[in-house]
Amino acid sequence: MFNRFKTKAEEARAEVHRFPTRAAALDFILAFLQAEGLADTPHAQALWAGGTFLDGLDRQPLAALSGLSFDVTRERAAAAKFGISQMAWALADTGTLAQDATAVAQRLVSSLTSIHLALVPTAGLLPDLPALLTRVNPEASGYIALITGPSRTADIERVLTIGVHGPERLVILFVDDLEAKV
Amino acid sequence: MSKTFKASIQKALNNANLTGALGKFSEAYKVNRAKAYEGIDFEALRTVIADRKSYAAAHLDSLATLFAQKAEARGAKVFRTGDPALARAYILQVARDRGVKTVVKSKSMATEEIHLNAFLEKAGLTVNETDLGEWIIQLAGQTPSHMVMPAIHMTKEEVSDLFSEAVDERLTADIPRLVKVARDTLRPKFLEADMGISGANIAVAETGSLVLMTNEGNARLVTSLPKIHVALVGIEKLVAAFADIAPILQALPKSATAQALTSYVSIITGQTPNSDGSLKELHIILLDNRRTEMARDPQFKQALQCIRCASCLNVCPIFRLVGGHVFGKVYTGGIGTILTAWFDALKASGEIQGLCIQCGACKEVCPGKIDIPDLIMELRRRLVKEEGLPLLQQAIYQVVNNRTLFHAMLRTASLADRPFVKGRFIRHLPMFLAGLTDGRSLPAIVAEPFRDRFKKIAQPRFKEKAAFFAGCLIDFAYPEMGEALIRILNKAGIEVVFPQAQTCCGAPARYSGAYEVAAQNAVDNLKALAGDEATWVVSACPTCTAALTREFQLTFESLGQTEWLPQAKALAAKTVDFSTLVARLVEEGRLTLKEGQKLGALTYHDSCHLKRTLHAEQPPRDLLRKAGYELSEMAECDTCCGMGGSYSLKLPEIAAPMLQRKLRNIKATGVPVVAMDCPGCVMQIRGGFDQDGAAVQVRHTLELLDEALESATP
Repeated sequence: MFNRFKTKAEEARAEVHRFPTRAAALDFILAFLQAEGLADTPHAQALWAGGTFLDGLDRQPLAALSGLSFDVTRERAAAAKFGISQMAWALADTGTLAQDATAVAQRLVSSLTSIHLALVPTAGLLPDLPALLTRVNPEASGYIALITGPSRTADIERVLTIGVHGPERLVILFVDDLEAKV
Repeated sequence: MSKTFKASIQKALNNANLTGALGKFSEAYKVNRAKAYEGIDFEALRTVIADRKSYAAAHLDSLATLFAQKAEARGAKVFRTGDPALARAYILQVARDRGVKTVVKSKSMATEEIHLNAFLEKAGLTVNETDLGEWIIQLAGQTPSHMVMPAIHMTKEEVSDLFSEAVDERLTADIPRLVKVARDTLRPKFLEADMGISGANIAVAETGSLVLMTNEGNARLVTSLPKIHVALVGIEKLVAAFADIAPILQALPKSATAQALTSYVSIITGQTPNSDGSLKELHIILLDNRRTEMARDPQFKQALQCIRCASCLNVCPIFRLVGGHVFGKVYTGGIGTILTAWFDALKASGEIQGLCIQCGACKEVCPGKIDIPDLIMELRRRLVKEEGLPLLQQAIYQVVNNRTLFHAMLRTASLADRPFVKGRFIRHLPMFLAGLTDGRSLPAIVAEPFRDRFKKIAQPRFKEKAAFFAGCLIDFAYPEMGEALIRILNKAGIEVVFPQAQTCCGAPARYSGAYEVAAQNAVDNLKALAGDEATWVVSACPTCTAALTREFQLTFESLGQTEWLPQAKALAAKTVDFSTLVARLVEEGRLTLKEGQKLGALTYHDSCHLKRTLHAEQPPRDLLRKAGYELSEMAECDTCCGMGGSYSLKLPEIAAPMLQRKLRNIKATGVPVVAMDCPGCVMQIRGGFDQDGAAVQVRHTLELLDEALESATP
């Protein structure tokens, strides 16, 4: 399923990585943020919207990063370059990520930023949309969000252009030892 | 058709940007759509969608009640109204009560339907469309030309002019840069807006959920940033169960833009938190505007199965020539014609329904399984019933309804057109008829029609008989096709009979909405073809075959006439098109194609009725291959040639470019012969090549097979 997801997500212009452990994924994130110019100045900051990924993990290396914050507000999100959030499911059929995004912070970091880093438990892989619909309950989750690739348009002369109102990059990080949502 | 309407068509046809963009898109769309549906059983998927949506259409009231109850239980306010004016007033009231000054909108056809923007702006609000295409046309002061791609008619240069003015900076026509400008300009508007207005792609009754799909991400911002969210939802968006959204989410993006899924799907149920911790105020307006009335109409209820993918626009050979603006201000294309007739007024569809050539391309791809061409025909019928036929057509159909007079006039015409005949063609006609010979020649009416020639043909006596239904074109323009058919069937041991009382199949009348005339034609033909002497009724014209097998019954049903229905059903059961019958005879060993022939390459043009009504596109191909032809398929082999019966007489300015495209596609194969099964297509394409000058032979399949069959086996 992972391979199918990767193919489909890449067709939708997402970037897909997979890590055996959370520690390995964290190393990648640190290196990625630094390489892409993380800084504590407007339009260079990063915003991390919670999730179980960090539970029990040594946050020391993160604390040393200048420009990364866990306190998500709309002002910060509007000024941030990077948004990091945790998705619950991945649909192999279409290369789609899904989460309960009722908490507005989840939406702010994945819609106002330029680069969205999406963490997802490998165990959250599902075959397709019907499989997802049996696992989510709209009456318990007010805002269910599905994301397939970065923001795009073809409204000018049908030319595909990436990054309109949402992120222009979607970087998906599968983590094998991240627990799936029950 | 009015001069204004004809002028709007001419304007569109002369807009090279428009026809260029739409033409390119329509070619790419066909390929990409097929790719998007690879490995998916489209028929099964659309059957599920049609079932779920038709269930919802039959239960609109109870589903709307359940939806309202569920959404309100989660804090939404639901307002149900049939009246666009009340919907507008409600939204304005909410805005006034909350001191709203600025509004951001994500794309919504329902808001276009009620002309919401103009209304709110007049009341002093600032309304910003945020979908890139919608924003472009808002800046340009235009209306969408396509339901999914509202600004497809504009070039990047035009967009850069608009944006330059909006941001007061001279921009170049660099698309990524223009998109960035839109992002930067609209971002503060999202952040400042007091109210977000959206539509919905689906509304789920059992949970009170709204489903919104976008690629740009603007619906996420519209529904997340402002503290008030107003969703205007046509009640046809309702489905009963949460699980019903899966098939729609699967089909909609594939059919709309050939994507597996849109970048973003939001499923919103009730109030959600704002970024300051408060709960968002959510207003959902369920708009009826004649949808319930539509659901009660036995014919038109199926139009509520539409999921607004616009694939009927994308495959329409007319839409790609004229674009959306010709159709009016809101809903465009095939389904748009139907929706305009209902949401606006039947009269409003009076001219645009005439744009449909009845080729059936849209019906094949509709994920809601709506028979759009049939519904447009029904509009035509109702319009004629309400407003009558134009005088000229009335006169024509009075003649067509009287076979003796009709045929006498055709014989007279054969004499009258003598001065214009060159060989077997009429290349130029004088005065107002000149348009008919623009880009194609017409066949001359023969001096001796098939019905007279038939009497002189000596056939062997066989026990098995087939009745030949010639149709007007073979009878009066191409009698040699009828003669070839007789030779072929004789070789199979079948004697051909020709009931002299047969007359026009009624298609021209039916396609003009003159159902009473078509019904009379049907009755006359049923009488002529009655009796069980013949095993088969065979026709070499797919339009006539479709009339005999299907449309006689549909015409009677539409008119509520039952008297002749049993006979029509019996006739349908024994009627068959030429190639299907011959393929069967070859398979049974009653006809033999000459062995080892190498007849060279040909290409095959699919006639609309043969492929999409009779589904008989394979038999002629198989027969021609077996005969020894090498089949070289052309691009868009099943796209209409622009003949469409009387269409090419009513709208020659549209029919002509359709024909030119067909000629180009045929020539691009480089083969010397194009085969087809319809004498109408032969007339159109042969006439086209006569003026084009290319040395391509245009042949009916039966003419080619006539030469390729062994003599009768003793």
